[in-house]
Amino acid sequence: MPRTSVLRESEDPRHSALVRLTHWITTAAFFALLLTGIEIVISHPRFYWGETGNVNMAPLVNLHIPSSRGTVPTGYRVLPDQNGWSRYLHFEAAWVLVLTGLLYLGASLWNGHLRNHLLPPRGQRTWQAYRDVIAMYLHRRPSSEEPGANAYNVIQRTAYLTVIFVLFPLIIWTGLAQSPSLVSAYPFLASALGGRQSARTLHFLVSGAILLFVLTHIAMVIHAGFRSHVRAMITGRTDNPAPTQAAHPTVASLPEQP
Amino acid sequence: MTPISRRKLITSGLAATAGVSGLAVASHLSRRFGLIPPDCAGPYGLGTTLTYAAQRLITAHSPARQFPRGMISKMPFANAIAPPNDAFKAHQASGFANWKLDVDGMVAHPTSFSLPDLRSMALSSQITEVACEEGWSYIAEWIGTPLTDVLHSAGILPQARYIVYHSIESDWWDSIDMADALHPQTLLTWGMNDGDLPVSFGGPLRLRVPRQLGYKSVKFIHRITATDSLKSFGKGLGSSEPEFGYAWYAGI
Repeated sequence: MPRTSVLRESEDPRHSALVRLTHWITTAAFFALLLTGIEIVISHPRFYWGETGNVNMAPLVNLHIPSSRGTVPTGYRVLPDQNGWSRYLHFEAAWVLVLTGLLYLGASLWNGHLRNHLLPPRGQRTWQAYRDVIAMYLHRRPSSEEPGANAYNVIQRTAYLTVIFVLFPLIIWTGLAQSPSLVSAYPFLASALGGRQSARTLHFLVSGAILLFVLTHIAMVIHAGFRSHVRAMITGRTDNPAPTQAAHPTVASLPEQP
Repeated sequence: MTPISRRKLITSGLAATAGVSGLAVASHLSRRFGLIPPDCAGPYGLGTTLTYAAQRLITAHSPARQFPRGMISKMPFANAIAPPNDAFKAHQASGFANWKLDVDGMVAHPTSFSLPDLRSMALSSQITEVACEEGWSYIAEWIGTPLTDVLHSAGILPQARYIVYHSIESDWWDSIDMADALHPQTLLTWGMNDGDLPVSFGGPLRLRVPRQLGYKSVKFIHRITATDSLKSFGKGLGSSEPEFGYAWYAGI
């Protein structure tokens, strides 16, 4: 028994198979939702607050971008209408995202991934812990974590938990609140947000917040070593069970090239 | 590196068999209880089927939201998307005196209703929202005759599963399942706010389906057909919308 446990520890993947699988499915669904969401928005790039809103009413936010419809005064027709397939794909990708998210959430609660890897450890639930990590980033110090810890710092954990438990539920809620049929069964879906147009506006804002997270996430991965991190997220393995950036100068120096 | 154990092989085999038979049973039940939309084929079929099936299980009898009179939009947006055709203009010139709604298909007595016929039936009104797939919306009071009254007056047969409705505009037709067709708020609308339904909003007769997006509420309705299959209508996708690339089910 001791022998196998030692063996398992040395081959312990950086990311479990389930995390890797759900990560890439979510990535594909996210980009499908982003692309089709943009397509849908440019047929009416105006946002309102409250229950109703149309071109005869003053918008809360008016995106001055070319629109795909002649009936919208914000722009001119630059792209032909792509809403048909965009809506089909948007809702299909939303189903994929929700089902994948439920699988991830259920498994992560079950196997302790959330508790062990994402919930900040007891000692780090302090403002000081956040300040330390911010100082580390500001001074561009290498990660102070002990080699082989493979652990996310408190800001990373908070960011992931915020995306999983705040932004994803909000984007799903604000999306569902735009469904006339679902809202007929659950009127509070829309009324709690101040109306259907408020839900649409919030859906747009939350998608912007998720996009900001994704861009930051990609920037951090590039900063920390794009190839090794992407490989770890694909194969689950790192080159070395105790990775330090200095140990892999070629990989670590790659992203710094102009 | 690690050979697949016999136990693993048996377990996966059983799981796969259970999965396949589960899908077969689900497919059978779905067809029987109307959970599969006519545009279920193709790359987007899975998403549109999941949406339709989930919403039918949840919302089959739920009422569309109604609003207080004060929330009626002062300046609703008419979205006049196409100029009416010549046949329509002739009706318009005569004040829609000869406008008829033909009801045929799976009904005991195919019937033709004039606008005064419809107005003499039980009147219904609702203050509901029109929400366009583009994103805009408005609230209005809609006054008319419940579709379910017209269907029952023509003797709708129990085997009917869909109601197909045609605009006088050629190539503009749509269909709904019986959950929406028999829904008390699905209205053959001839009045709006304080007067007749304006032509720009679909007058003289528009089928309002308030639990779906605006494009299901087809304007200038002049024929309704009850059917148990949508295969023989157009390309068999349930309406002209999927032929333009839009989903048949618009409850979203």
